[in-house]
Amino acid sequence: MKKLSVLLAAALLASCSAEQQQPGNTGVYMLLDTSGTYAEELEKAEQIIRYTLSRLNETDAFAVARIDTGSFSEKDIVAKASFDDRPSAVNRQKRAFAEQVRTFVDTVEPSPYTDITGGILQAVEFLNEKGTGNKTILIYSDLKEDLQEGYVRDIELELEGFDVIALNVTKLRSDNMDPREYLGRLEAWQSRVEGTGGEWRVINDLDSLDGMF
Amino acid sequence: MSFMLGITPWPFVSALLWIVLIILALYLVRATAHKTIDAATLAMARSLRLASKAVARSEKHLAARNRDVLLAAGREAKERVIEREFDRINDSVRKDLANYSALHRNLSESIGRIEQDHQEAVDVPPDPPGWVKAVEAVAELDSREGRVKVGQILSDIHKSLIKAHKEAMDAYHKASATRHKLLRQMRPEWREVQQTLSQIGKNVDSLLARSVTIDRLMQEYEDIVRDKDRAMSVLSSSSLVNFFVSAFVLSIAIGGATINFSLIARPMAEMVGGTNLIGGFRTADIAALVIIMVEISMGLFLMESLRITRLFPVIGALPDKMRVRMIWITFTILFLLASVEAGLAYMREVLLHDELATSALLRGDAAGSTATNQFLWITTAAQMGMGFILPFALVFVAIPLETFVHSLRTVMGMVLQGILRAFALVLRILGNVFSYLGQLLKQVYDLTLFVPLWLEDRLHRSSGQEPELGRIS
Repeated sequence: MKKLSVLLAAALLASCSAEQQQPGNTGVYMLLDTSGTYAEELEKAEQIIRYTLSRLNETDAFAVARIDTGSFSEKDIVAKASFDDRPSAVNRQKRAFAEQVRTFVDTVEPSPYTDITGGILQAVEFLNEKGTGNKTILIYSDLKEDLQEGYVRDIELELEGFDVIALNVTKLRSDNMDPREYLGRLEAWQSRVEGTGGEWRVINDLDSLDGMF
Repeated sequence: MSFMLGITPWPFVSALLWIVLIILALYLVRATAHKTIDAATLAMARSLRLASKAVARSEKHLAARNRDVLLAAGREAKERVIEREFDRINDSVRKDLANYSALHRNLSESIGRIEQDHQEAVDVPPDPPGWVKAVEAVAELDSREGRVKVGQILSDIHKSLIKAHKEAMDAYHKASATRHKLLRQMRPEWREVQQTLSQIGKNVDSLLARSVTIDRLMQEYEDIVRDKDRAMSVLSSSSLVNFFVSAFVLSIAIGGATINFSLIARPMAEMVGGTNLIGGFRTADIAALVIIMVEISMGLFLMESLRITRLFPVIGALPDKMRVRMIWITFTILFLLASVEAGLAYMREVLLHDELATSALLRGDAAGSTATNQFLWITTAAQMGMGFILPFALVFVAIPLETFVHSLRTVMGMVLQGILRAFALVLRILGNVFSYLGQLLKQVYDLTLFVPLWLEDRLHRSSGQEPELGRIS
């Protein structure tokens, strides 16, 4: 009887640990810049989102949010999903997600300002809440932050354990005139991310997204 | 070092002095050193030889045990074969010769009928025509003695006789026809008798062939019981053959089980979730594996209940009624599990299709996401069929498994015996090495003392004594 109870306790512990163990899942938060002319690039962003969806599995989490005047808001989340652990349910969620993004891309209107920091803060909050093993923030933007007066974004980011990947960082007209501006912008974001413990990467060639995750 | 070289103002002299002192010291303790070397190497050599003997003894014990096990296994196997042969003979005797009395009666009746028909078919010759001579005699009498009216009478008699003759001939023809008919009737009887006799002959031949087989098996069995070397070698080689053949068949079965696993592991994620882990393994994979293991276990029990294998004596010893129940229970569970597998295989196909459609949609291939393959049912049916059949196919794993388990004991024993033999040899060689190493060390020791030994030898020779210290011991 004593042995049986020990065995049962061991089985119970094993089942508990089985429920809690989710070390390999991934959380991805993608920020889409909808400001000015960059809104025209959203067709490409949709491809990236679909690629990301195809790479995510059961119990992963994915959210797509727009970057607009004030991005530190749940209202800016275009689509989000915490994938089920059943493959068929995951497929359904992915199809619904892709449909939501399609609708957003078709109906999006450009925003006058670009609050990237607010978007990153929202991403950190979302991913920390999901508690995924790997946390990735994708920033689909030219990285030119343009804040409306009154918005305070001089905030220390907490990006320990986060991968921050800047995608399709297009060069502005002023960058062409003075490339130092573009390079300086990239460097500033890199130092800001890495200074707070995050990993920084830039992928401009959208045909080679294989190394993204 | 500087201290050693500093005992005289000249380092070279100091070194020389040290060498002389050391050689002197070595010379003085030479006898003790030799004894120490002898003691150490001899102790090692003896220990190693002892160990070698112990290992060799263990190897012999193991060989004897292996021999016993092999003979016991061979005896048991032979008993089973002989038992089956006797069963077959029993069946044959019961089936073919149990109705021997009826057969005998049939034969007797057939022969009786044939005899009767034969008796009835005996040809009765017609009466000789004696009346012709009588008529001629009477006719001669008529003309000689002038008896005119006699001719008329004789003519009437003649006519009557002719008529009687005709009637007799008709009766004879009729009787012949009847006899021929009876003879025709005898033909099937003869055939039946012939067939019956040939069947009996075949049965007897079969029994004789089986008796020859039993004689051979009994001879082999006696060889095993008498512990003959020939039987041992035959059993060893057959055990090795059994081991490799069963291992080959088991590897095929493992391949089948792997295919089975891949068929059900994916859809199993729909039931138990795709990400839960137990001990680092996916719960879905473990669940699929458990199903396959349960199927194999049921297969083992089924084979055991059918008395095809004898891995579990408890099942074999069950009463027949209970055993039949067990056969039905295990078969039912197996059938249900096979049905579940077929369902899971169907689910797998559905999931795969769903996933392909989703991938096509995510690639932006709208046509691919909605397209349906008209031949899809073939792969679905094939997967379902495999899912249903494989569990039953895995049932037969029990047979090679039993052979593998039985032959493994012998093969492992042989391997272990070989290892022990090699180990004993190595220990023996090492013992000899240590034995000669002692002599070598003493020689090397004396090599450093060649000067004092040479002086000692000279001294003894000059004094006419046999040198003692310098003698190489």
